[in-house]
This record gives sequence, C-alpha cells and structure tokens, in this order.
Amino acid sequence: MISLKDLYVVFNPNTPDERRALRNINFTLESGEFATIIGSNGAGKSTLLNVMAASIRPSSGTVVIDGEDRTNEPEFRRARSIGRVFQDPLGGTAAEMSVEDNLAVAARKGSKRFSIAMTRARKAQFRDQLAVLDMGLEHRMKDNVNRLSGGQRQALTLLMAVLARPSVLLLDEHTAALDPSNAEKVMELTRQFAHQYDLAVCMVTHDMARALSIGSRLIMMDQGEIIMDLREPDKSSLTVEGLVDRFRALRNKTLADDRALLSLPLGR
Amino acid sequence: MIEAILTEGLIYGILAVGVFITFRILDFPDLTVEGSFPLGAACAASALTTGLPYPVAVLIAMAAGALAGATTAWIHTGFKVPPLLAGIVVMTGLYSVNLRVMGGRSNIQLIGHRPLVDFARSWVPGLGGEYAEALFFILFALLIVVLLDVFFHTEFGLTLGALGDNERMVVSSGSNPTFFKISGVAISNSFAALAGALACQHHGFADVNLGAGVVALGLASVMIGELIFRTSRIGGQLTRAILGAIIFKAIMFGARFYGYFAGITPNDLRLVTALMIILSLAIGKYRNRIVERSAQNAAMARKAEDNL
Repeated sequence: MISLKDLYVVFNPNTPDERRALRNINFTLESGEFATIIGSNGAGKSTLLNVMAASIRPSSGTVVIDGEDRTNEPEFRRARSIGRVFQDPLGGTAAEMSVEDNLAVAARKGSKRFSIAMTRARKAQFRDQLAVLDMGLEHRMKDNVNRLSGGQRQALTLLMAVLARPSVLLLDEHTAALDPSNAEKVMELTRQFAHQYDLAVCMVTHDMARALSIGSRLIMMDQGEIIMDLREPDKSSLTVEGLVDRFRALRNKTLADDRALLSLPLGR
Repeated sequence: MIEAILTEGLIYGILAVGVFITFRILDFPDLTVEGSFPLGAACAASALTTGLPYPVAVLIAMAAGALAGATTAWIHTGFKVPPLLAGIVVMTGLYSVNLRVMGGRSNIQLIGHRPLVDFARSWVPGLGGEYAEALFFILFALLIVVLLDVFFHTEFGLTLGALGDNERMVVSSGSNPTFFKISGVAISNSFAALAGALACQHHGFADVNLGAGVVALGLASVMIGELIFRTSRIGGQLTRAILGAIIFKAIMFGARFYGYFAGITPNDLRLVTALMIILSLAIGKYRNRIVERSAQNAAMARKAEDNL
C-alpha cells in the first residue's frame, strides 16, 4: 500500500522558471490495485512516479508506504519497497553481465552479503522464474544481457523488479519502446505478476485504450493535478470517446493537442 | 632474463589488476594509483625498517592504499567532481604524504630488509634463486586471481560489477551506490599498494617517484591483455590483465636491451608506453569492427526469432 498526502512538487522555486509540477495530490493505492495513469505531456505523470520512487523529494506533503512515513529517505532505501520499470529496455539491466548475475543482484534488496551469489538452489529458482517469461531465457542464463532482444530485456527487467517482492510496482510506459507483439507479451506478464504477488501497481501510459482495458483504476492528470479517479465498474463501461468527453467537461478545453499522444485517430 | 621479466611482470600485474578493477569493472578512471603504488612501497619500507615483520608491513600498505582510494571516491561522490579530478587531487596530496611516511626522505634503501626476496629465492630447495622467485610470484598471482574471482561472484562483488555497468540498477536493488563506489575504489587501490609493497622488495628500495607513469603502465597492461583472448568471465579477465603486464614488461626489457639498434634510449621508454596504448586501441577497434559485423547478423536473426 502506498499513500500520498497533500503532496506538492515545485521545480525551481522562487525563480522566473518556477513550475508547480504536482499540486495537492492525495492518492492511496492498496495492494492488489492496478492503476493506469494518463494525461498529456507535462501533466505530472512521471513526476508522480518519481516522487513515489523517491527520485524526487516532494516540496511538501508525505509519502506513506505500508503504514510508515517514508517521505525523506534516499532513493536506494525507498527501492527496497518498490520495483520500477522504465521505457528504455536498456535502462534496467546490466548489459555486460549474464542473465543470472543480473537476477542475483536484484534478488535481495538492501545490503549485499559476502557469500557466493549463485547457489544451486538459487539457480534452480531463477530458472523456474525465467521459464514463466516464456521467452527461452531459462536456457540462456549464462548469456550476457546485451545479447538479448529488447522484448526479452524488458521482460527480464520486469522479473527483476518483482523478484524481491516489493509492495509497489511503478511502470513508466514500459512497453512503449517495444514492437506490438512483445508489448502485448510484457503487458500480459505485468498483469500476471501484479496478481501473483498482490502488488500495488501504478502504470503510466499514453495509450488511452490500453489504460481503459487494463487494471482496476484509472487516474487522469492535468497540470499537476489528479482530475479524474475512476474505479470499477465505471472504468470498464467507459470508452475512449467517453473519456475525452469527460475531460472536456472537467477542464472546459479540448484535447486537440493531445490527439496523437492519446492515440486518437485524427478527425474524430 | 625470462625469469626476471616474469617476476617483474607479475608484480606489476597486481597493479594492473587494481587498474582493471577501476577502469573496467567500476568504469571509474582512477589516477590515485599514481600515488597509492608508491604509498604501498613507502609504508612497507618504513614498517620494515622499524622492525615490523613483512606480512604486517604488507597489511599496513594495503590499508593505506584502501584509504587513499576511498578518499578519491569520497571526493568524487561528495563534491560531485569527475573521477579524474578527484584522482589528481589525491595523487598530488599523496606525494607529500609519501615523503612523510618515509620520514622526510625521498628514498629508502632496503639492503638487509628484503625478507620477501630472501624467502622467494630459497623456498624451493634445489631450484635456482631467480627461478624460485618467478615460481613464487606465479603462485602468488594465481592466488590473487582465484580470491578475486570468488569475491566477484559474491552478492557484494556482483553488485560492484553492476555499478560500473548501470548505476541505476544498483539503486533499484536497494543498495547505496555511494558506498559501493567507495568500497570498489578502495579495493582497487589496496591492490595497487600491495603491488608497491612487492615492488619495493624486488627493486630493493622505495622511492617517492616510483609511481610516475604507473597509470599508463597499468592501462597498457590491461589493454594488451584484452588483445590476447576474449572472455566475459571475471577470472579470465583478471588473468588477462596480469599476462598483459608480463608482455608489457617483456617489451620494455626488449626496448631497453636491444633498443640501441633503433636508437631507443631509456629516455624513450615513456614514449614507447604511450605508443603501445595507442597501438592496443587501434587493434582493439579494428577487431571490434569485425565482431560488430557478425553481431549485427546475429541481431537480425534474433529479431526474426522475436517476431515468431
């Protein structure tokens, strides 16, 4: 469970470039909940994830994880409760290290021991977990990660993110750089892991249709605010057109500039 | 001559191992070794002349080297300055520290204080002194490689490897990258200091100028080593660095003894070092181009496999 209370983020405070990236965010995500986050560029989606991951410290407000106030801890300590996957498939793994060594680093969060990382039991465990990905990686555990395809690498990154059983999984357009078939596969694995490990998942996406079809909750952001927070059953009954209409009604402006970003066909 | 090349190559091979850890594993171009190598020699020489046993002298040297490395990494992480600048700062300071360690002298002669050489030359009954010495250092270098190979397969060691590759991944794994950076550079410099402690025994003296050019020497060794064979295994890469140092020393011996045919004097040896680095880079680049071409073909095949 992760909870943000009265959260504000101001970039470059007291300068001409001052920008309030997040305003009055109050948001709680329970274990087992899967929220998709949409919004145009600059709406604050990535900033929201960065605050949750402690990559950015909020200007005010608190971050509570599993009942504990963890607002002011460094990013590496926050990472002990959080798994994160970025858009770039190269970003989450060590390219010059083998698949199994990558898993070994990710398997135990926190301080690292001076014992041999790859015991027989652990290797068997990794092999089983790689088999779940269904990409043949269980036969390539000694291969360096830079020999894998983008899809394989992103699936591995996803596995590494959930391997240590975090409470929260943050996904920042993690399938956007993949081709459609791999994107589908990684998305299916995401769903599977979220369910299996009872994670609180926060997924940023630009694809409105996907945001509606996946997860149990939909968050829409605009200018640093959460302007819509939809749960079931409202969410699954909504269409992309319906979503656009609600945005218009809420903000009294059109999504014209965002058509491309929101995957709407032109001229609709 | 071969046994002398081996001994010297193996001693400087330990230095190359230190350079390999920072430059290749941590991706941290570290100039501290220029100061921590003579620091190791100075500490060992001073400890020996005050009557401490040689193993204790070596441990003091390694601890001092680790401290020097930790200082460089701390300056880099704490003040957010590039590793090269942090290294220059510490290297400059160490020159004075080394003079202090040697009691204000720039040179300590170790006549009568060479327990390592005495031992290494006589430990195998019936084997000639210099051959026994070379054998001793072969086994010693092997021990270092095995120990480091095991170390880099522990959770701690793997995390150090990941740090040089992708720092974000270390953060994601819940570990403090600053702590690992400081530890890694400290370990690297403790090996540079160990090499210094061995070298002062081999040369028979410690000198404040012993460190001049050792970064280039270590780097040349690592790069020559990489031309010998390809491997992604850490043990192989460490062995390669040591073999590279032996080849480097062999070339230097050659240049010193037979160089006069080509008009090469000892004054030119630094230039020879620089040319060797450039040559290694050129050969490495040419070979990479060939490897890349075949990798591209493999990538196309994988792409097809992905789309199945």
